[in-house]
Amino acid sequence: MNSIIRKFTVAAASALAMVSAAHAADITGAGATFPYPIYAKWAEAYKKSTNIGLNYQSIGSSGGIRQIRAKTVTFGGTDAPVSGAELDKDGMVQFPAILGGVVPVFNLDGFKPGELKVTGEVLADIFMGTISKWNDARIAALNPGKKLPDQSITVVHRADGSGTTFIFTDYLSEVSSAWKTKVGKGAAVKWPAATSVGGKGNEGVAGNVGRVKGAIGYVEYAYAKKNNIPHLQLRNLDGKYVDPDDKTFAAAAAGADWFSVPGMGISLVNLKGADSWPITGASFILMYKNPTDKAMSQEALKFFDWSFKNGKQMALELDYVPLPDVLTKAIAEKVWTQIAK
Amino acid sequence: MNTSTAGSGTLDQQSLDDTKELGAFMETSSAGSGMLDQRRLQTVKRQRFQDFIFHKITLSFSLIVLVSLIGIIVSLAIAAWPTFKKFGIEFIWRVEWDIINEEFGAAIAIFGTLASATIAILIAMPLSFGIALFLTETCPTWLRRPLGTAIELLAAVPSIIYGMFGLFIFAPLFAEYGQPALQSTLGQMPLLAPLFGGATNGIGILAAGLILAFMILPFIAAVMRDVFEIVPPILRESAYGVGCTTWEVVRYIVLPYTQQGVIGGVMLGLGRALGETMAVTFVIGNSQRISASLFSPGSSIASTLANEFGEAADFHLSTLFALGLLLFVITFIVLALAKILIIRTERAKGLKT
Repeated sequence: MNSIIRKFTVAAASALAMVSAAHAADITGAGATFPYPIYAKWAEAYKKSTNIGLNYQSIGSSGGIRQIRAKTVTFGGTDAPVSGAELDKDGMVQFPAILGGVVPVFNLDGFKPGELKVTGEVLADIFMGTISKWNDARIAALNPGKKLPDQSITVVHRADGSGTTFIFTDYLSEVSSAWKTKVGKGAAVKWPAATSVGGKGNEGVAGNVGRVKGAIGYVEYAYAKKNNIPHLQLRNLDGKYVDPDDKTFAAAAAGADWFSVPGMGISLVNLKGADSWPITGASFILMYKNPTDKAMSQEALKFFDWSFKNGKQMALELDYVPLPDVLTKAIAEKVWTQIAK
Repeated sequence: MNTSTAGSGTLDQQSLDDTKELGAFMETSSAGSGMLDQRRLQTVKRQRFQDFIFHKITLSFSLIVLVSLIGIIVSLAIAAWPTFKKFGIEFIWRVEWDIINEEFGAAIAIFGTLASATIAILIAMPLSFGIALFLTETCPTWLRRPLGTAIELLAAVPSIIYGMFGLFIFAPLFAEYGQPALQSTLGQMPLLAPLFGGATNGIGILAAGLILAFMILPFIAAVMRDVFEIVPPILRESAYGVGCTTWEVVRYIVLPYTQQGVIGGVMLGLGRALGETMAVTFVIGNSQRISASLFSPGSSIASTLANEFGEAADFHLSTLFALGLLLFVITFIVLALAKILIIRTERAKGLKT
């Protein structure tokens, strides 16, 4: 009996020692929930090849900014880019790590995914509540030959603050001046439509859209694809109707001029390009130029370098879009060199 | 807090003095009997010391509660201060929640909290009263135990389960059958019509109230059953003996005897309903609006906190703390009202002066 207890104690002690040893070398990060699946996937693969782990807490973009300001983590993640002035004030750099898309989804009997077309203005007016029926003349004009039902529209939005909402409202502000002045963009906004209902997380929005006949909402592309939720076709800036997929996201990113804004915090919505999906966004990483733990910061950069080079396939598998090589090279040369070694 | 420590300090001093006196007394009285009394004295001293330590330890335990309570109130108030500085007391009845333009008011969340909790208590109270009555008065003995256990189990179900059940199972059924039925019956009455208007989505204030009712029902029922059981059998049997019906026994014997416990149980349920977070977040609809219709989505204080805390920064964060403080105050008022109610009824019965 005693020997069993002793064995257990020894095993527990050595397990503890192993855990703490592993923890000592872990890179820590916190922030946006939107890129969490791909960061976790990269971290797993990185751990296998280098034995260095990443502990990323997906607590939300504002939480990530709070944590990096409090210096409790090596890097922060955010979907809404921090402005150049704020970055200078805090002595931080910012770079994109992954791209993704947001997709408007709907629930209307007799319509298959991509069968219904809308423009940005019409989408904004639907979310605004000024278009309140599916057989509205403006929707009908975009979909000649389709029989639209006389059904009222229920708007479903994220109830929790979210980067997905930021990207989506960024797009609506871009295409509709009414939206820009009355509502604006942010991780959570005051939804104006009288019928709007909030769901918690992508699953909450998808759940409500799936349940309520005549509902419209928006979710991350990966979520819509995995769960086969019907999406709307959107007209992009070049006037072409596009479906969301990795090609149209990449096309949107290709048209971006990343270094036009300090901190690379450009908006990727409604960009030029014949095939570009108009609601595309990037998730950003925040790091100190002069970090307290320089060695750990370098470890974090090594992780991102490795992931940019080896993690493209993993990103595509999870329906994200990896950054193009030209861009990752530019980030390494122009941004990472600012971080003190 | 200071006064309480000071008070207990003098108390301890007294007990120490007692020990000394006792020691002195024992010394004088038993001067001749030597060793045996010496040992007795030591035992007494040791026991006094143990009591002293025990008193201190339990005191510190209860102080932990007091200190953390004050700590929570103070930190909430400090974090909420910018909000009250900007909007003043008006924050409580402002109907506005615009994060981007930093225009905030608590009225929407307070309305949602009170409305859903009121619906819950209106439904749960009579139901659990019936359940408790059945279990203690008319239930066949073989059924009593399984039914009682089932109620206790219902109380142990985590609230997120109620939320998921509410969103994925209850809400679709409620939208399909419940809401249209209500709309075609109660919704046709002149005064009640606005309450049951609007789209039938299955989620909203009423759905949240119903789910809450199911959540707090086992709590109230369990407390009521327990207090009904403590009614002395002799009272009950005497009443039956003089020919009372079951209802008369309950009305004139059981209820007056257990009034306090019943009110306590209801208040326990109400407290839980006010602060419930996950289950409400799932089914209340999470929209920042006040609407006359019970079918329309709204939001409660707890659901707003749960939804927005992750992405809140700066001033927005402060308003969330202010909401938290208001929830604290509301809960406190409810508890205080319950206490006053109990004291009043006792006074009316002449038990206390």
